[in-house]
Amino acid sequence: MKPIVKLLLEGGSLNTAQMAQVLNLSEAEVNHQLDALKKEGVLLGVRPVLNLSPEDSGVVRAVIEVRITPERGGGFNRLAERISRFDEVESCYLMSGGYDLLVFVSGASLQRVAAFVSEKLSTIEGVLSTATHFMLRSYKEHGFLLEGKAEENERLKVAP
Amino acid sequence: MDNSRFIAKHVVNLPKSGIRDFFDIVAKMKDAISLGVGEPDFDTPWHIREAGIYALEKGKTHYTSNLGLIELRRAISKYVEKNFAVSYAPENEVLITVGVSEALDLACRALINPGDKAMFHQPCYVSYSPSITLAHGVAVPVPTFAKDNFALTVEALRAAWQPGCKLLMLNLPCNPTGGTCDRAQVEAIAKFAVEKDLIVLSDEIYSELTFEGVHTSIASLPGMKERTIFLHGFSKAFAMTGWRIGYACGPATLIEAMMKVHQYSMLCASIISQEAAIEALVRGEDGMKKMRDQYHRRRDFIVRRFNEIGLKCHLPRGSFYAFPDISKTGMNEKDFAIGLLHAEKVAIVPGSAFGENGKGFCRACFATSYEQLIEASNRIERHVQSLAKNPPRP
Ligand SMILES: Cc1ncc(COP(=O)(O)O)c(C=O)c1O
Repeated sequence: MKPIVKLLLEGGSLNTAQMAQVLNLSEAEVNHQLDALKKEGVLLGVRPVLNLSPEDSGVVRAVIEVRITPERGGGFNRLAERISRFDEVESCYLMSGGYDLLVFVSGASLQRVAAFVSEKLSTIEGVLSTATHFMLRSYKEHGFLLEGKAEENERLKVAP
Repeated sequence: MDNSRFIAKHVVNLPKSGIRDFFDIVAKMKDAISLGVGEPDFDTPWHIREAGIYALEKGKTHYTSNLGLIELRRAISKYVEKNFAVSYAPENEVLITVGVSEALDLACRALINPGDKAMFHQPCYVSYSPSITLAHGVAVPVPTFAKDNFALTVEALRAAWQPGCKLLMLNLPCNPTGGTCDRAQVEAIAKFAVEKDLIVLSDEIYSELTFEGVHTSIASLPGMKERTIFLHGFSKAFAMTGWRIGYACGPATLIEAMMKVHQYSMLCASIISQEAAIEALVRGEDGMKKMRDQYHRRRDFIVRRFNEIGLKCHLPRGSFYAFPDISKTGMNEKDFAIGLLHAEKVAIVPGSAFGENGKGFCRACFATSYEQLIEASNRIERHVQSLAKNPPRP
């Protein structure tokens, strides 16, 4: 793995000037390497992980188990990619087991998400069935705990 | 009433730790960035903490055998054999202690007669000299030098040796210098120990945090197991400082002697910590390596920055400490550290807290986040530049 990729994974929220210091590169070179990663399709984007109150976030999220018919030649890919393109879809995975796709969706309200499922998703040719589970509460997002983070464990400032 | 007259003489005469002095100063400074700590910034990996919780839930709240849980001793025996190439019988060659700290104290008390001399390389961990003194021994420091990357050399050992020396304490990789010895150097030290008939106390608490080359335990060399007590623990590599758990391995007769002191003074180490330690050894290796890799990259960064700033810093091959030479600033290490703290709110520890031979150096712990390291290095740079513009009056 390239040093800059390792740093992206580990360094949290370093800005490019800080990354340049750590990697011993000029800031221009860091930007250049980041651009290259984007061009190669390795670095798709960087998003903050937020812990917003329900009012602030204003979204409802659901996971949907989707069963679909595989197609000759393309398997599940064409349908999976088609489903993935909807803005409502945050993530989409091909699964082993009792269903084929696991789809994470979000919408402004329960009704919107339900409408997306019944009007868009289930009506696609090849979609056999859907089972929608609404998320009630989140405890951990992308490796960050949402609760119980408050007590910062103080180390002694000076220790042997 | 002056009750100080009740205090034993050898305790009265024990110098106050330089760390303690400095701690008192730093504690008054609000929101300083501290590179003064001696422990990981990571909390103990969750699966290890969870094993501790599980132990409590299962009612593991009792004394264990004096030697410690046999399951833990077995796990240690396996771990030490695999990683240090020396085998110890879990039944009578392994003793679980309350940190390496206790193991050090036990070894000193079990081995030292009043007046026996004990050698140790310096700069070193702050407990070494006092542990010897408290056992009524005589401390014989052996200097290590920046020119050798703070590896211990046989020449220095030979120069410091005196009749009556019985013990040799090693700490490789070393706190505070990060110095360590390669295999040939360890072999030479072993030869010296045999020649002078020394018993070796080898504190290898930072051995997992060796970044270049392989760590060689002196206990693994031919003929050395019989005269070595191998000390190790969980504090550093597994980020378990607060659990207070470590161990000593050695020939059965010596472990038995240490166990005697342990059983009367400590009885046993905390069972919860022992249970968690088993988890650390059995399933903790991946997590430990992840932390080590992070220390490694942070080391490369901070050492490079010290050298850029003009504070000459050798590459510490192990531990999580950088030990830059600050003498070029024209200040001594104490004034430099205090000046830095006041001017830029960055805490590093004056090298003299680790003994005479640490003069002219400071210890900076890099077990902290990149953000903090970057900010601290920038502040140190600014401070050194301002010192160069307005040199301190002699
Ligand atoms: C060299 C050395 N030995 C021993 C110790 C104490 O370790 P423990 O937490 O296992 O008592 C330390 C802690 O700083 C150390 O640096």
